[in-house]
Amino acid sequence: MRQNTQLAVVGGTDAEASASMRNEISTIFEEVLGRPVSIRDDTDIVEDLGMDSLGVMNFVMAIEDFYDISIPLDRIAQIQTVADLMAAVESLRAGHAA
Amino acid sequence: MTLLAKHSAYKQAYDQLRASGVDPLNVRFDAVTSPTEGVIGGKPMILLGTNNYLGLTFDPDCVDQAVEATRGQGTGTTGSRVANGTYGGHRQLEQALAKFYGRQHGMVFSTGYQANLGVLSTLVGRGDHLMLDADSHASIYDGSRLGHAEVIRFRHNNPDDLYKRLRRLEGVPGDRLIVVEGIYSMLGDTAPLKEIAAVKRETGAYLLVDEAHSMGVLGETGRGLSEAAGVEADVDFIVGTFSKSLGSVGGFCVSDSPDFDIMRIVCRPYMFTASLPPGIIASTLTALDKLQAEPGLRHALMRNAHRLYDGLKAMGFEVGPEANPIVAVAMPDQEVAVMFWKMLLEGGVYLNLALPPATPTNVRLLRSSVSAAHSLAQIDTALAVFGEVGRTLGFLPSGRRRIAGAI
Repeated sequence: MRQNTQLAVVGGTDAEASASMRNEISTIFEEVLGRPVSIRDDTDIVEDLGMDSLGVMNFVMAIEDFYDISIPLDRIAQIQTVADLMAAVESLRAGHAA
Repeated sequence: MTLLAKHSAYKQAYDQLRASGVDPLNVRFDAVTSPTEGVIGGKPMILLGTNNYLGLTFDPDCVDQAVEATRGQGTGTTGSRVANGTYGGHRQLEQALAKFYGRQHGMVFSTGYQANLGVLSTLVGRGDHLMLDADSHASIYDGSRLGHAEVIRFRHNNPDDLYKRLRRLEGVPGDRLIVVEGIYSMLGDTAPLKEIAAVKRETGAYLLVDEAHSMGVLGETGRGLSEAAGVEADVDFIVGTFSKSLGSVGGFCVSDSPDFDIMRIVCRPYMFTASLPPGIIASTLTALDKLQAEPGLRHALMRNAHRLYDGLKAMGFEVGPEANPIVAVAMPDQEVAVMFWKMLLEGGVYLNLALPPATPTNVRLLRSSVSAAHSLAQIDTALAVFGEVGRTLGFLPSGRRRIAGAI
């Protein structure tokens, strides 16, 4: 299992950090779905990627492992797009670092 | 467009299911004549999917007590526990449950579903953390939504994943409550409770175990998985139901928490619903006595569970991870699952067809539950029908094995 120490977003700009996170998320999507995906900030995770509820759960658990966070159920319910997901991950990581 | 159009995806799936000539969500029994026998569509059935673990629904003493209480006290209380709905029997049952579990306090709810709604929404609140096994029953998920705690899901039966998530909360204020089930209702697997209790101790969390399917089933005296795993002292709250081993309807929670009784004036699913009718309370009290006085029921139950589980496994069916009274057979896809279920009915065997999203990991299941009241002959008949249908559908890997040899 990968460790979050591999991420090492050190000293980059916000745009670089965000591009880097998008790449990481894209890789996790591909691992869970078992096929290549192309994502943008406004990609709808369920609609555009055709995920069922099990796929979403596996994907969320993989994201949680990778970033060493737990995304509470009410937060998951609010996430629709890739940008929503990135914002949630960002705020949960900030919260736990504090 | 109607208001309900938002559920059209479910309607489509349901219509499709019904188009194949079955409606597993709308089975009507013409009659149920014993804990193990009924009639559907004019055809006699072996009932193999009723959660009637100890077979007490027709127990003459339970029936007599229910009748007597109904004659003496009426058909219903027509009131909630905090108004006119508390009779002597309600308190007596609460005390009997507390005594059975060796706890200070007990509280009775009108259904098992409501017990989880009430307890989970009251024990934790805003700023607290509720740690749920991902395969939790709907009543646990719904209870978690009724309260205001932060809800975190951990991987099914995975104490390491639970530990990891509790560790992430280090330094974050608020209480933590871990919720697991004794026996999980779909696959019949038990929680690794010793390991979970160790995580609880190490992280300072509270632990609640839902023993709905394990009360009267597991443990030396039938107190459930907490007893079987030897960790009762670590379990802070036990929730359960009367609608399985006790053969009636209702739910409960027992605990040693010193301020437990405050729940009676803050727990809304307890306060704002009618209390159980006297007949139900009376039969449940009697059934709880039987559960304790007749350990032979539990032994017969486990004997039957093994007979069915081992038999199906030996024939080559894919069953759950352990032999318990819930025996689930995995089906490769919905079409085969529906056909198999239908052919079992035609062969005189009723069990539950469990389809996603009610099942974990999207699996399709033929879910059976055995009873102490089943005879070995009934179990063997069910096995024979399973084998026949399995062969007809080309489902069994090696079609010609003899079923009698499978035990």
